[in-house]
Amino acid sequence: MASSESITSGEFIRHHLTNLTFGRHADGSWGMAQTGAEAAEMGVMAVHVDSLFWSFVLGALFLWMFRRVAVRATSGEPAMLQNFCEWIVEFVDENVRGSFSGKNDLVAPMALTLFCWIFLMNLMDLVPVEVIPRFLALFGIHFQKVVPTTDPNITFALALSIFFLMIYYSIRVKGPGGFAAELIMHPFEAKNPVLKILFIPLNFFLEFVSLISKPISHSLRLFGNMYAGEMIFILISLMFGAGITLTLFGGFLQFIWAVFHILVITLQAFIFMVLTIVYMDMAHQHH
Amino acid sequence: MNLNLTLAFQVLFFIVFVWFSKKFVWVPIMGALNERKTRIADALAAAEKGQMAEQEGRDQAIQVISEAKTQASEIIGKAERHGARLVEEAKSDAKEEGARIMAATQAEIQTEINKAKESLRSQVSELAVAGAQQILRREIDGKTHARLLDELAAKL
Repeated sequence: MASSESITSGEFIRHHLTNLTFGRHADGSWGMAQTGAEAAEMGVMAVHVDSLFWSFVLGALFLWMFRRVAVRATSGEPAMLQNFCEWIVEFVDENVRGSFSGKNDLVAPMALTLFCWIFLMNLMDLVPVEVIPRFLALFGIHFQKVVPTTDPNITFALALSIFFLMIYYSIRVKGPGGFAAELIMHPFEAKNPVLKILFIPLNFFLEFVSLISKPISHSLRLFGNMYAGEMIFILISLMFGAGITLTLFGGFLQFIWAVFHILVITLQAFIFMVLTIVYMDMAHQHH
Repeated sequence: MNLNLTLAFQVLFFIVFVWFSKKFVWVPIMGALNERKTRIADALAAAEKGQMAEQEGRDQAIQVISEAKTQASEIIGKAERHGARLVEEAKSDAKEEGARIMAATQAEIQTEINKAKESLRSQVSELAVAGAQQILRREIDGKTHARLLDELAAKL
């Protein structure tokens, strides 16, 4: 951002929380939003260019790196990069084997993709808040959020994709009847047919809530953690430029928080992957 | 929280990335991993086999060496006995030869002695005759006493 002395802390924070948005203006024309208010007016018909750009670049980086290894993959002595990639692949494979009992070739590669992709997206959090936005500001790009996982669109998209895969596999493995029975026959069961029918709405309510809560908690957990972490980085970066003492203190805080955050970003990527595996396992389980 | 079209694009990315990851990343890397697993298992089995073969070879070598040792000691024993016999033979031969040479020498000596005795005897008889001739030249006629002298010579 063009951080002039005149702007307030509130403006600074709001600025850093605004995505670079492309969408339909109120007058019907398409274009970049010039202000936060304009971006908000666009509503649903808008695209966060920065989130998507970084999400795509980081996902592509992951695929490019692993593809390079996959092309040269040898069963002989592995080179450094191959060793590293194999270590990750085996780590994911072990987790999938441990938690997923069904038979589905998609789960393990999906878990690998999610883990590496989300890790890389989270890793962008460790780039000092001002660096990329200030650099891009030189080219006239005034909004930039570089951590895609602080954008709920990104985390919801991943969680919803997994949610629909989960429903798809539930129906495919258990049949539509089996899936429906799972929704209305638990947790209250009864031998008496009348009681059974009476329990259906209650069961459905409970099961539906637990079903819906899965993608929501799945995505909000990642989003919330990353958003909060990013917010703290932004708050710390407020200290820079407020005198030498505060700058040094801010640098110290930033270092501490970044070290702590290394743990958080890895953990959140791991949790997202494990939950994906668990949800997939639930979809494949017969009762 | 402003949900918008970003979500749809991200879903699209997700689908493409997972598809790519499954087809072009997971399968080849897992293939390499599994191949290595079998290769390592094979190599371990081969190593074990090699170790067993080595043990076998070592046992065989030990057996061959011990056989060679007994054979060698047998040969050495034989050679020693043969040598001893040769020495014995040589000793006895030498003894015999010595004895023979000694006997021959003694016989020769005896003949020499006899010869010397003979010649001495004849010389003594001649000397005696010559002495007697000197003494008796005048008193005794040679012809008359020739018989006597011969008798004397025979006695000598």
